[in-house]
Amino acid sequence: MTMLDDFLVRAGLAGIGTALTAAPLGCFVVWRRMAYFGDATAHAALLGVAMSLALQGPIMLGVLCAALLMALMVQTLSGRGLAEDTLLGVAAHSALAVGLVAVSFLSGVRVDLMAYLFGDILAVSKTDLAVIWGGAAVVIGLMLWRWHRLLTATLNPDLAQASGISFRTEQLVITIALAITVAVAIKAVGALLIGALLVIPPAAARPLARTPEVMALLTALIGSVAAIAGLGAAFQFDTPTGPTIVCVAAGIFTITTLVGRFGRQTG
Amino acid sequence: MRLITTTGLTLKQAGKTVLRDVDMHIDRGEIVTLVGPNGSGKSTLVKGLIGALKPESGTVDTLHNLRIGYVPQTLHMDGLLPLTVARFLCLPHRHSKDAMARALTEAGVPNLAGTQMRALSGGQFQRVLLARALLMAPDLLILDEATQGLDQPGAAAFYQQIANVRRDLGCAVLMVSHDLHVVMAASDRVLCLNGHVCCEGTPDVVQDAPEYQALFGTGTQGAFAIYRHDHDHAHDHTHHHHDEHDHA
Repeated sequence: MTMLDDFLVRAGLAGIGTALTAAPLGCFVVWRRMAYFGDATAHAALLGVAMSLALQGPIMLGVLCAALLMALMVQTLSGRGLAEDTLLGVAAHSALAVGLVAVSFLSGVRVDLMAYLFGDILAVSKTDLAVIWGGAAVVIGLMLWRWHRLLTATLNPDLAQASGISFRTEQLVITIALAITVAVAIKAVGALLIGALLVIPPAAARPLARTPEVMALLTALIGSVAAIAGLGAAFQFDTPTGPTIVCVAAGIFTITTLVGRFGRQTG
Repeated sequence: MRLITTTGLTLKQAGKTVLRDVDMHIDRGEIVTLVGPNGSGKSTLVKGLIGALKPESGTVDTLHNLRIGYVPQTLHMDGLLPLTVARFLCLPHRHSKDAMARALTEAGVPNLAGTQMRALSGGQFQRVLLARALLMAPDLLILDEATQGLDQPGAAAFYQQIANVRRDLGCAVLMVSHDLHVVMAASDRVLCLNGHVCCEGTPDVVQDAPEYQALFGTGTQGAFAIYRHDHDHAHDHTHHHHDEHDHA
């Protein structure tokens, strides 16, 4: 295991693991127009960090619980009066603010807030790595198992129901997978940029794909490339890693979008 | 044989009772049409029948292993999800290439398997939805306002396709529609809804019913006449099966 002793190797593996976890789920976030839902869930992560620090439990477990609670709460409240985007805006920003305030109360502990907001992929431990890849395995397994049902439910709830697929069950699957993804991703990109990692790679893959499966695979590829290239660039230019990874992903998005436009005009 | 029967079915949507005390049934091979003004509960009833909405009270009894082919009112395809027609037809169950080709032909759109869903015209799109429903080898085909967005000749052609499908496959059909005169011509039985079943029977019976005329007026009488069957209709509430659908 000497290779894993190199922090750059660990960081690279963490980045790839995070990108692979986010890929299939990110596709569903884009297809189902859940970008704000992803943000709200991700911002709740900070509250989970505060809870974990207060109770001295494992950070990722706290984040998982907070993200899951937030996702379930938003889902329960949606469709009961407030417009969806307003509700999600309230939830996302409140979660972030409450999390920041909660962390500030923990005067006893020295907290590197930046690490939780923007990620600290260079400080990934072997244990973190195990949790990240464990989470990746669970999320990818869940997606593979339910793939057809999830796709059908994404197209139309009634269409799914007529085929004997429960829309609510599939929505719950997405919610649980999202919470796990947030817990996995907080180390790599931090609470503020998880939403970016969910949305940008699939958006970048879209112009190049003709089927949902190809889009998911391309998303995984683009996410991984962004993670590795971002890591390299951050190391080279001494920039913060999480934001650099997102910058690379945004760059790829710009290129594929232009290629898609150009390709459509000529072909 | 009864495929589906509702007894005293009451359905709520968003906390409001939309339908009260609906007793209805669909028999094997018949074409039943649901008509009614906006908000009368047509789509709600369909949701109840396919199990997307739990009854507030009453029951929905279906034949054991009833296969329902459902063609939704609209399917929003915004281009975020890349999907070829063939891939769409395989949701949620895979089908062989032959089966897909056959279903597309039956629905009147052969050779579209490789096309992206969002590149389809309105009429093609509805027919692809129909093909997907046919792939389930349905006992009952349910079409919820399936001709929304089609012009009058397009809708008439689509209903002709439905009549052909029923003739060839022998499945029962439940249609929901605004296009009263076109739909009614193809129906064995019409159910007029307005929060409850206001009247039902053969198209002739319903169009003459005072409840129906109170809802829709009598202005479309002339149009009905064009599409009326050359049959001797018994003006009672029994339903009969037309072997031919002559819309000339």
